[in-house]
Amino acid sequence: MIRVYSSSVIDAPADRVWEVVRDFNGLPDWHPLIADSRIEGGLAADRVGCIRNFRTRDGGLIREQLLTLSDYDYECTYAILESPMGVDNYVATLKLTPITDGNRTFAEWSAEFDCDEARERELSQVIGQGVFQGGFDALKRRLAGR
Amino acid sequence: MGLQRIMRSTVIDAPIERVWAVLRDFNSHAQWHPAIADSRIEDGRRPDEVGCVRAFRLKDGGALREQLILLSDRDHRLSYSILDSTVPLQRYVAHVELKPVTDGRRTFFRWHSTFGTPRGQERELAVLVAQGVYEAGFKGLKQHLGQPVATSSRAALPSGTVLPAQVIVLNGRGGPEQLKLVDRPAAPPGHGEVRLRQTAIGLNFIDVYVRNGQYAGLLEPGGVPGFEAAATVLDIGPGVSHLLPGDRVAYACPPAGAYANVRTMSAEQLIALPPHVSDEQAAALALKGMTAEYCLHRLHRIERDEPILVHAAAGALGMLVAQWAKALGAFVIGTVGSEDKARRARAYCDRVIVASDGRFAEAVLQITRHGVRLIVDGLGERAREENFAALAPTGHWISVGQAGGKWAPVEAEWLTRKSVTLSRPVIFHYTADAARREAMARRVFDALRDGILQPAVTRYALGAAAQAHADLEARRTTGQVVLVA
Repeated sequence: MIRVYSSSVIDAPADRVWEVVRDFNGLPDWHPLIADSRIEGGLAADRVGCIRNFRTRDGGLIREQLLTLSDYDYECTYAILESPMGVDNYVATLKLTPITDGNRTFAEWSAEFDCDEARERELSQVIGQGVFQGGFDALKRRLAGR
Repeated sequence: MGLQRIMRSTVIDAPIERVWAVLRDFNSHAQWHPAIADSRIEDGRRPDEVGCVRAFRLKDGGALREQLILLSDRDHRLSYSILDSTVPLQRYVAHVELKPVTDGRRTFFRWHSTFGTPRGQERELAVLVAQGVYEAGFKGLKQHLGQPVATSSRAALPSGTVLPAQVIVLNGRGGPEQLKLVDRPAAPPGHGEVRLRQTAIGLNFIDVYVRNGQYAGLLEPGGVPGFEAAATVLDIGPGVSHLLPGDRVAYACPPAGAYANVRTMSAEQLIALPPHVSDEQAAALALKGMTAEYCLHRLHRIERDEPILVHAAAGALGMLVAQWAKALGAFVIGTVGSEDKARRARAYCDRVIVASDGRFAEAVLQITRHGVRLIVDGLGERAREENFAALAPTGHWISVGQAGGKWAPVEAEWLTRKSVTLSRPVIFHYTADAARREAMARRVFDALRDGILQPAVTRYALGAAAQAHADLEARRTTGQVVLVA
């Protein structure tokens, strides 16, 4: 089992950041790697158990299921059901914590998964830097100073 | 009556290891919190011992006693509760949590609590806790940590605080029972020094020789053994320009003193760790990996299909030498002491000889006919004749240890019988030069990254160093032994 952890400080209140990231169908609106997304079976995007079906900009198809969503803790958890990445048992958590000093947000994005041992470094890099840090950077550009 | 819940958080411009080194000392608040006049830990207990009580006075005259009820170095958090207080906070339990900000070596600090108050004082006490305690504490801690840390002034950074530390001390020369865990604070770093939070300490046969007096010159009784560890830099002394607090490093060098969870030492021989090398891997490889490096890349150059003999091929060094020589194209014959170890060694040796009776030359000659071109030997005197017999004429014999007894004098004429080259190297001569040391370390870490070196770490707690020594001497261990602190 590998664990990838990325964290960052976003210069916007946690409520504002949460408004963007709590939409489980909203990745294409803010994440630069994602091309389009839909929720399967016409369920609401904040219904625990719903499945988002989305494509990355390089054409990969990914299905992820929302496992937990907490507006109280600013936290959601999801699992990959299908992806071309070659990961198993992938569960990720995105969590925000208010920074009271300056009304900013501490954002944490982590994942645990299994993969082929030879690909551990590459996947840690792709997920930790490309997906998570890339997402933080996009959120900062979108929300900073507002 | 209901409980209030207060939370305050901030970002501190210092790596988490440095912030935590201060906060995990439950008595340190007198040094950084502006509201505290003085503080002491009751009953002579350690300030990082769960259950300890700090008794302190506020500058405004108030007095409190607080008990540490949770401390986690792994999660960088602690919890405490108020036992007695002149301030009417009831059932007060507070939590301090640190998290790393991974995109820029900063630290997220969250401080929160729940408590009750007398009726009518809810608001007043909430403001006192949120602002007077937490926000003022953030400010004081940032000042204490010397932020902003300007690059030009970082030589002046050392806080001057002595940090609590645990070390293994060698009481006297003799058996493993001479190793004892004691508290011995780590001084602030002086000129050219750093203070390290050590997480993984490599155990080597040289430590056994130091302990039993065979290498008496390397450590006096009362001193701390060990030459190898991986660590994170806590703070740096004046004159250190190549390291910053939070940097991950490893070392394999004298003087002894590695068996410690916090150590202050010269910055000169520290090796920077790449991100792909874990602390335990670094502690397992610094000394033994660099030994394998100079044996196979400097002292001897392997030729394709060259038959070589590696003793203790499931042991800490033998495993690495065998794996690396195999990758370089050698035909590797390993000796081991048991069938169990043979099973492990077969993963990277072409042939494995179970030599539990100390005899292996005949088997080597059956496999190679003329003998081997190279022997990497940690056995010493006990296997002298067997090794000589197993070596091909003009072969190279590298003696890197003497687990089987101290060498008797070697007659140069004896070597002429086979034109043998005998090398008796000491790693510290190879690593003394900075450029060479860095090149050696880089080659070891690259070999780890490329899967050539596959260390197999056996872990012991720092406090179990005596047991680790006993197991190493009795040949009960396989792979590399690391003390985790």
